[in-house]
Amino acid sequence: MAIVRGRRASRVAGWARYSALGLGALLFLIPFYLLVRSAFMNESDLGSPTFHWLPPEWNTENLTGLFSNPAIPMARSMVNSALIAVSQTSGVLLISGLAGYGLARIPYRWSNAVFYTITATLLIPAAVTFVPSFVLVSTLGWISTLQGLIVPGLFQALATFLFRQFFLGFPKEIEEAAFMDGLGYWGTFWRVVVPNSYGFVAAIGTITFIGTWNAFLWPLVIGRDQDSWTVQIALSTFLTAQSVEVSQLFMAALVAIAPLLLMFLFLQRWIVEGVERTGIGGD
Amino acid sequence: MASPSGGPGARRGPDGAASRRPASPKRTLGERLRGRQNVNLWFWVFVGPFVIGLIIFVYVPIVWSLYLSFFESYNTVTPTKFVGFGNYADMLADPAFRQSLVTFVVFAAVIVPVTFVLSLTVALLVARTTVMQAFFRSVFFLPTACSYVVASLIWKMSIFSGIRSGLANAVLGWFGIDSIPWLSLTEPPWYWLVIVTARLWLQIGFYMILFLAGIQRISPNLYEAAAIDGAEGWKVFRHITFPQLRATSTAVLLLLMINAFQAFDEFYNILSTFGTYPPYARPPLVYLYYTALGSGQDFGHGSAGAVILTLIIAIVALTQGRLLRLGRRDD
Repeated sequence: MAIVRGRRASRVAGWARYSALGLGALLFLIPFYLLVRSAFMNESDLGSPTFHWLPPEWNTENLTGLFSNPAIPMARSMVNSALIAVSQTSGVLLISGLAGYGLARIPYRWSNAVFYTITATLLIPAAVTFVPSFVLVSTLGWISTLQGLIVPGLFQALATFLFRQFFLGFPKEIEEAAFMDGLGYWGTFWRVVVPNSYGFVAAIGTITFIGTWNAFLWPLVIGRDQDSWTVQIALSTFLTAQSVEVSQLFMAALVAIAPLLLMFLFLQRWIVEGVERTGIGGD
Repeated sequence: MASPSGGPGARRGPDGAASRRPASPKRTLGERLRGRQNVNLWFWVFVGPFVIGLIIFVYVPIVWSLYLSFFESYNTVTPTKFVGFGNYADMLADPAFRQSLVTFVVFAAVIVPVTFVLSLTVALLVARTTVMQAFFRSVFFLPTACSYVVASLIWKMSIFSGIRSGLANAVLGWFGIDSIPWLSLTEPPWYWLVIVTARLWLQIGFYMILFLAGIQRISPNLYEAAAIDGAEGWKVFRHITFPQLRATSTAVLLLLMINAFQAFDEFYNILSTFGTYPPYARPPLVYLYYTALGSGQDFGHGSAGAVILTLIIAIVALTQGRLLRLGRRDD
């Protein structure tokens, strides 16, 4: 009797759980749906007093107009975003990967002091230092340049910290065998450690890429000229100035998030791992 | 590290001694790098690029900014007029600056607990799901790929646009309720609803993943023991799941707080219209942005503000870590 009641109660709980999740999932998908719908709508339908679940007329001219309208630097800003995201991601992986390995494995006398100097900066959120960083970058004459957008973001203390934690847990026996074979630190790192760490590199890489692609405050501060706009800055400018047709703005946003949606489709596993690693800070 | 000893495989020189080169300061860099014992040099080959970059792009700006904060420096980074703590006094006396701190407190008081509870709830529901678990996890996680700018666009121009064809007003219309101008009214401050829901949508998935990882680390033995004792539902959560998630919860709370403190993107993109930002609802970074990088380029006051904010966030982080650690029983 008790078992029957328990089973019925758990079935009710199961239904409640799925209903709650289903409702939540629906709410979470609505913004994406609105984005796609509005991107393919006519400007007049979008502004009409009735709410349309689907575009009364599918308009694909928003997409073609996006790249032919000289007032919208869409192609240029997409290229800028791609250049910045790719170079910053590979740069962070290289610089922080090397540094993390050195800190984890090379028994230098002052290794700990160097490590604390690095982790101390973790206490200071990057966004708070944008005024001092702007002052430095403007002194270097890097305003509105790609190097001004890329170089200051190459030195991520969190990535170095995470690489160090990861390499500390790397099986030492493998490295020692390579070392005995005369590979030295450099050879051991590139021929033995790196090929066995692709999963971790992918996790840090995807999460860095997403962060760079979606970055806003720094590109806003540095990208003053239209030629140096990232796609986020282009979108934001047209959104806050309301200088472009709304339906076209939605199409631009759809184009802007398309690369990341594709990444999510194929690389979600690594993104999840990247979130777990960066969120808890190595735990 | 493993250093080869004089075993059978060790190379030997003609005189029978191990062929280690004598340490000579005259060796070239290439020779020194080939010698595997040169630990110091190799350390700097690996760590040097990062440390140099960190010094140039993090430490130098911070020190420079400290310097600027004691000077009157409009539009210049090499000021001459020393004002002592004048900039700091001005900032602390500025009602707009203090108001920005109040805005942060109000924002954090809502966004931190609500995000915490909702992402934990979603994680618990998803963790107990067997059918379609991957689907639900992906759906809640998907907004992480979205930028704050794109979310602001959807929220401002589609969901909460003041006209009838905006989704929120359309829904109200089905119930015969008049349209609400969500963003152009300050009384009542509906714009808070717009800003908070946008951020919730963007970050719940991120924290859900952290909680899911924490839940998966809990040993199943604990749940079996609880089942034998007849505990279920809320009791299991109260006595097993939640205490076991302490490390995750601490990290999530800290991240939520730091992220709320750095809020900028959605405030700027949702509230700023035709290039002007309203005088209300300015969190600290928005205030700083307009002070230091607006038309005035007031680096002195801007730097003083950045220093004050850095101190506040460091203190918040340290006290929070300390408080949460104090709450833990020794284990």
